[in-house]
Amino acid sequence: MRKIFIEELILAAKKNKKLILVVNDLGYSVVEKFAKMFPKQFYNAGVAEQNMMGIASGMALEGYHVFVYSIGNFPTFRCAEQIRNDVDYHNLPVTIVNVGAGLSYGNLGYTHHSLQDYGLMRLFPNMLIASPSDEMETKACMKYIIKNPQPSYLRLSKGKNTSLHKKIPNLKPGKWLILTKGKNKKAFLTTGNVANLAKKLLLKKKFSQYSIFSLPIWGMKYKEQQKNQLNRWDSILVLEDHLEDGGFGSWIKESVNDKNVKTKITSKNISKKVISKVGSEKYLLDNYYLKFFGK
Amino acid sequence: MNKSQKNTIKNLRTNILKLSHKAKSSHIGGCLSIVEILSVLFNNILKGFSSRKKTFKDTFILSKGHACLALYCMLYEKKILSKKILFSYGENNSLLMSHASHHVPGVKFSTGSLGHGLPVAIGSALVAKNEKKNRKVYVLISDGELNEGTTWESLMFAAHHKIDNLCVIIDYNKLQSLTFVSNTIKLEPLTKKIKSFGCEVKNINGHNITQLKRALIFKNKKKPRVVIANTIKGKGISFMENNIAWHYKSPNFLELSKALKEVNDA
Repeated sequence: MRKIFIEELILAAKKNKKLILVVNDLGYSVVEKFAKMFPKQFYNAGVAEQNMMGIASGMALEGYHVFVYSIGNFPTFRCAEQIRNDVDYHNLPVTIVNVGAGLSYGNLGYTHHSLQDYGLMRLFPNMLIASPSDEMETKACMKYIIKNPQPSYLRLSKGKNTSLHKKIPNLKPGKWLILTKGKNKKAFLTTGNVANLAKKLLLKKKFSQYSIFSLPIWGMKYKEQQKNQLNRWDSILVLEDHLEDGGFGSWIKESVNDKNVKTKITSKNISKKVISKVGSEKYLLDNYYLKFFGK
Repeated sequence: MNKSQKNTIKNLRTNILKLSHKAKSSHIGGCLSIVEILSVLFNNILKGFSSRKKTFKDTFILSKGHACLALYCMLYEKKILSKKILFSYGENNSLLMSHASHHVPGVKFSTGSLGHGLPVAIGSALVAKNEKKNRKVYVLISDGELNEGTTWESLMFAAHHKIDNLCVIIDYNKLQSLTFVSNTIKLEPLTKKIKSFGCEVKNINGHNITQLKRALIFKNKKKPRVVIANTIKGKGISFMENNIAWHYKSPNFLELSKALKEVNDA
């Protein structure tokens, strides 16, 4: 996903001199090509995330689209107030890119896990959350964000992803994309690369008839669109690589109330027991997520 | 000081007093300390005023957003803000909140949480420098903001990138919210400290018009400029000067009359 991100960014920067990439001394083996091709459009702000987000806002205030690239909590929690007051309140075109979705950096430990980031980003009224499931969705999200500069959060997983879409999907914020058509009125609703897990879950007998949907672009602005999409289903099981509180599942549940939706909505989240546990992403997901789905 | 400058300063102090009395709002001390700085900036320094857009080509950011009342009064003097809007300060549903808001005509950026204005000013200055636009960026910060880590992160960044179209003005009134700066987090030796961060520093009397004019004019030094403006919190009103109570207090009717008399007699 990182590769796709930087390729798309390079394509866009070729056409737009007012596109800037800022990093906080991170991005080894990812950002170099961009930095070399567009030296005047690349800044390393050093290990100073609050300043980085403020500078990005100042550039955006002058009509630039600024991409801030980093990992996990550094471009989010570390500079949360700069995102709130400077980026979101002023509705500035700053795109925050987090390459450590969920447990992507499993072995690096809790400081590098993104398990609460939706909770933060969901709080900002202008913020668009883009959480693509595969490379095609990553391309689609980048194209959408570049065409529609605004406060945005692009959450990418570190590793390679299997392709879920055959071609670049047509994205509309708040709109679900079908990944697998099932046979009953039950469906998985996913955001981010956890859609890959949904595919695996279809192999379990109890889920074999399920459909799978991905919702790559969401946020406070798109809550109202959820009711009609939910209403078509008897049961929706939300999957996400995030803690339950403040997550995508909570967002879906908050978007409706018992009176206007009869759909049974449940969500499966990473267990909070994962905190302080170390291991590969696969190991952590197997032990602190997938095992709760039963046989 | 010419007559018009003198009038601006008098009008600013008068309206700051009247409006903080009316609104029962706080931060009057930190508004009175920046009156001369604002007057010189808006009357002599900021270039490229467009009467149609009601903005300057140069950028000004008030990072000490709690002193927005002084800025609103200044914008009124420049006819950027109407009397109707200015005198709605403190009323319910007014456009003017008690911290600087970008929804107000003439206000470039909303501030209120300290340490935000300087990084934003740097981003704005950096792109202007790259575009080779002759646009200068001025940012007015409080001495309390020197407690914030972002201030020092930003100064290092600005010096590293030789952002010489940036001028940081520190309202060094030496009083914070609870007590004196020197009793809170020691800043001295401030000039030396900021110079060592790679900035050009001017240490001046922030109420002296001539010194302000001289310090705020750029000479290209390939360094960001920092003006330490030594000021007095509550300046111009004897019983408010250097008195911590006037960080939060607003004048009652008697205090207002007494203060207005002092401004008139000055």
